[in-house]
Amino acid sequence: MTDYNFAYLDEQTKRMIRRAILKALAIPGYQVPFASREMPMPYGWGTGGVQVMAATLVPEDTLKVIDQGADDTTNAVSIRSFFERTAGVAVTEATAEATVIQTRHRIPETPLTEGQILVYQVPIPEPLRFLEPRETETRKMHALEEYGLMHVKLYEDIARHGTIATAYAYPVKVEGRYVMDPSPIPKFDNPKLDSAAIQLFGAGREQRIYALPPHTRVVSLDFEDHPFDPSRADHPCALCGATDSYLDEVITDDAGTRMFLCSDTDYCAGRQAAGHMGAAQAGAA
Amino acid sequence: MNMHATPTPDTPLLSVRGLTRTYGARIGCADVSFDLWPGEVMGIVGESGSGKSTLLSCMAGHLVPDTGEVLFDMGGTLRDTLTLSEPDRRRLGRTDWAFVHQHARDGLRMGVSAGGNVGERLMAVGARHYGDIRARAADWLDRVEIAADRMDDRPTAFSGGMQQRLQIARNLVTGPRLVFMDEPTGGLDVSVQARLLDLLRGLVREMGLSAIIVTHDLAVVRLLADRLMVMKDGRVVEQGLTDQVLDDPQHGYTQLLVSSVLQV
Repeated sequence: MTDYNFAYLDEQTKRMIRRAILKALAIPGYQVPFASREMPMPYGWGTGGVQVMAATLVPEDTLKVIDQGADDTTNAVSIRSFFERTAGVAVTEATAEATVIQTRHRIPETPLTEGQILVYQVPIPEPLRFLEPRETETRKMHALEEYGLMHVKLYEDIARHGTIATAYAYPVKVEGRYVMDPSPIPKFDNPKLDSAAIQLFGAGREQRIYALPPHTRVVSLDFEDHPFDPSRADHPCALCGATDSYLDEVITDDAGTRMFLCSDTDYCAGRQAAGHMGAAQAGAA
Repeated sequence: MNMHATPTPDTPLLSVRGLTRTYGARIGCADVSFDLWPGEVMGIVGESGSGKSTLLSCMAGHLVPDTGEVLFDMGGTLRDTLTLSEPDRRRLGRTDWAFVHQHARDGLRMGVSAGGNVGERLMAVGARHYGDIRARAADWLDRVEIAADRMDDRPTAFSGGMQQRLQIARNLVTGPRLVFMDEPTGGLDVSVQARLLDLLRGLVREMGLSAIIVTHDLAVVRLLADRLMVMKDGRVVEQGLTDQVLDDPQHGYTQLLVSSVLQV
């Protein structure tokens, strides 16, 4: 650990990123450009989130890293060990014990509290990108609050599929002003964006940071006659029986047998430890 | 479509004063002035390179002119659109003004269905009810003779004439007061052209639209335009009532232009 500066990045870089974070917090939902650094991992693996994380960490922090809700997948394990080695901070898998949580495309089921920081990895920060590819034009549209185009996307969804088929990266309006891409979290998590924790979004390749201060009003876009619906698979978790969590569908054999499990491993394990039992456990017991 | 302001007969809808745009030493258009009255259709003709498209772009705010004023009637007073703030100018561009491009691809979103293309302007001015947006889009597709079952197709699957009609529907759905058209029939074959002109003429009369049509096709202005402006080398050489100019051209260039039309 002595070979690296605390949390890998040098102090000047952290200072630059902190300034971007402060600006992002001051203008919720606004994409602040920052000078993204080359990180010892490929773009698309969370370089933005890692840089924001490095600038946010202090030695007293307790770190949790999740990837699609799980603490034990490749991306989560390697980022956690990266900061264990370069920052020497404590790590945990329990949502409630963590002070800083880095997440890839999920918000933990356990409600976050004041004092916690949630850092997202963002692949494409610009919600208007797919309809208006010109960055100069989308910036102007943000500046002038011209967001009709975002509804064109939702219109197309309904015209083609009968309902708003966008299931992840569902666009939101922040404090009645900026339209924001909440990173590819499932739309089930959108209501949780209205949170007591600080939420920071880092896009490394796109060089943008944006943020939601605690208790920011976040509204998912919709039509009056097609209201927003945070959908969820209509099953209980097979391991813990939870009916209020976001589920992964897991194929268990070649015959197409499947089971639905909580995507948040910490939440699921916590419930099992508390004695809750799903169909799979009850059958085995 | 009751979105038109009642025309006040004593003030023009659009007043252009001394509009000049140069490209370095070359002249785009020079010292163009005219008034457009509510419900009037003005044709601008001239050969390629005569500055008519430059003039149109300057008026529509796509190009910044070097000098001159483009005054538009906003709530009873004439305001210079060139000195409007950018948000106001862009709002004008999606409410009271419309622009029909020569190539439909420039004016349409090719990746979005026909219904979405028409609905975009409605959503841009705040419509948030899917059923209403869809009903109004369907109504407009019907008015431009696009079959209801093509509503969810993308414009890439449309013929050139259909794309152009879709572009017109998309522009007129918010009930603009002034439409700029840049060679709306260019690149279409003659029978499709005839239908499009018929449609445009009907819409212009029915909605009481004011329009400025740039074209090199004298037949188009003969059918659509009340008044005519002839441009050469960036300057207006002759203007007057369409029939007057075409039947009794005074300027040498206009005479040449009129006599160049092929008679079949």
